[in-house]
Amino acid sequence: MSDQPSELLLTWISQRLSGSSKDWFDQQLTKLVSEPSVKSFDIAFAMVPRKLGKQDLAPTATELAAAAAARTGWNPSQWSIDVAARIYLLTRLSEDPSVNFTERFRDLHRTADVGELLALFSGLPLYRRPETLVAVTADGLRTNIKAEFEVIAHRNPFPVEQFSQNPWNNMVLKALFIGVMLEPIQGLDERANPELARILSDYAHERWAAERFVSPELWRCIGPFAEAAYLDDFQRVIDQGSETEIKAVALALKTAPPSTAKENLAAQLTAYDEIISNGQLSWRQIADEMLDNSQAITRKLNFEVELTR
Amino acid sequence: MMYIDSHAHMLSRTTDDYEAMAAAGVVAVIEPAFWLGQPRTHVATYIDYLSSIVGFERFRAGQFGIRHYCTIGLNSKEANNEELAEAVMEILPRFALKDGVVAIGEIGYDDQTELEDKYFRLQIDLAMELDLPVMVHTPHRDKKRGTTRSMDVCLEHGIDPGKVIIDHNNEETVRETLDRGFWAGFSIYPSTKMGTERMVDILMEYGPERIIVDSACDWGISEPLAVAKTALLAAQKGVDKETIRLVCYQNALDAYGQSGQMNEDDWLNPPAIDQRTVFEGNSILRGQREPVVEEQTSRRTLDDLIIE
Repeated sequence: MSDQPSELLLTWISQRLSGSSKDWFDQQLTKLVSEPSVKSFDIAFAMVPRKLGKQDLAPTATELAAAAAARTGWNPSQWSIDVAARIYLLTRLSEDPSVNFTERFRDLHRTADVGELLALFSGLPLYRRPETLVAVTADGLRTNIKAEFEVIAHRNPFPVEQFSQNPWNNMVLKALFIGVMLEPIQGLDERANPELARILSDYAHERWAAERFVSPELWRCIGPFAEAAYLDDFQRVIDQGSETEIKAVALALKTAPPSTAKENLAAQLTAYDEIISNGQLSWRQIADEMLDNSQAITRKLNFEVELTR
Repeated sequence: MMYIDSHAHMLSRTTDDYEAMAAAGVVAVIEPAFWLGQPRTHVATYIDYLSSIVGFERFRAGQFGIRHYCTIGLNSKEANNEELAEAVMEILPRFALKDGVVAIGEIGYDDQTELEDKYFRLQIDLAMELDLPVMVHTPHRDKKRGTTRSMDVCLEHGIDPGKVIIDHNNEETVRETLDRGFWAGFSIYPSTKMGTERMVDILMEYGPERIIVDSACDWGISEPLAVAKTALLAAQKGVDKETIRLVCYQNALDAYGQSGQMNEDDWLNPPAIDQRTVFEGNSILRGQREPVVEEQTSRRTLDDLIIE
């Protein structure tokens, strides 16, 4: 029997607070029950980082396992204490039958600062009736703030559970476009679809035409549909790509439908067969190599992919 | 040298400006809520504006390694639209508690009308209630009297002058501002407010105590490097290093740091979550080294025809 996610969250927060921070948080929780009001909630929600700080939550391996057991896909590994505490407050609000949570969420979103945005969307796995939050989350993905995009797309089961194909495909394409890694997106293989493969192939050709770098992660979403012209793209990477790009194509090719062209490509990539079958070469490994090789942090505001060879 | 520009309307500035400011040593900016040049006629546009200065603009600054703070308030010009003003007053408390809000401001007088007076007073009370400093915009016209009146009203409401920054001072107002215990801001703004040479003369006469140099750069012809330029000119003219550090960095930190929302650690040793999300470029500042950005190449010439 696993615990309720919000109970787990409260336990972790409480264990990490002491002194006046703990007193303040306890008081807010009491107040939310004894005299609930929009104003007192808004003040508590706004004051969290002032009172509790912003240090990392840094959940232990045991806590992360408990999270995944309590709620499939829930992964608070990147949360900070203020994000966690704000999400706990939001879960309480979402569990209150007298509250129109969708309205309140939209209202908080409308006037949120960056820290609040991160909390609102990081908490998506834990709110009741998540299907009512699809539109506001799709709006969130239209952001120019990369961190906001990432808390929705990464380590979050909401997109795979709630998004129809169109917003899903837009999310994956935009991730590539703004230099956000695909690997931490949940459900990437399960949600692969021919339309996305076509979009990403077109995108790769645009990048090549401009002599720009194409993320090796892109081939993962094309793999299951890789026939004909898509396999020509794979051949181009084998001929011209970096080691990491070729490894990515080797991985993607494993999921391609059977064909003679596939066999021809596979014959050129036998060097990777063993490390693929024993798990040494995986999409996680590709992502790690990309981060090692890249200048992931740049100062540019333009949203061309920042990852380079 | 590290600088703080405690009055900079970055929303109106380009990324070239952010790059130049970072290269010059600006580590933090404060963006006061103000008038956008075109009057707003709906509270909703005001809300979106305030959301921008606590949201996207903060992220944008962080990409250049500059920490971004802001002040929240109803400016004096728009205080004259009573319907708008009433609605803005209602939403201000919600924004005043956002992360990185270091004062209520910029508030004060423009034409010194009754409505301006009413909302100035209400906002001083709000600042006292929330225990936030106040940034006062002093008027362009009838400046001396307007400045005196601004301080009279502050004292009448009982706010500690040590929590009030009277901005846009000049030679005619500085003596009274300092004598009455307020912080004296100087906006180095071409042609209208204060120039660098005059500023250096003021530093030589009054010393560094409670004096803050800012740029007030905005959508007009203004200078985002004004703080750094003043510091360099002052050094050339023999002003001591400590005076320059105080007026171009430390005094702003002391004045606005009273909000509890602005600490040196924010740029020298930022929290891990900020480094993952909204504040890049901090590695340069680690170990207290001088901020050094890649060699500055001017974007505004026709010499380099390659765009990649």
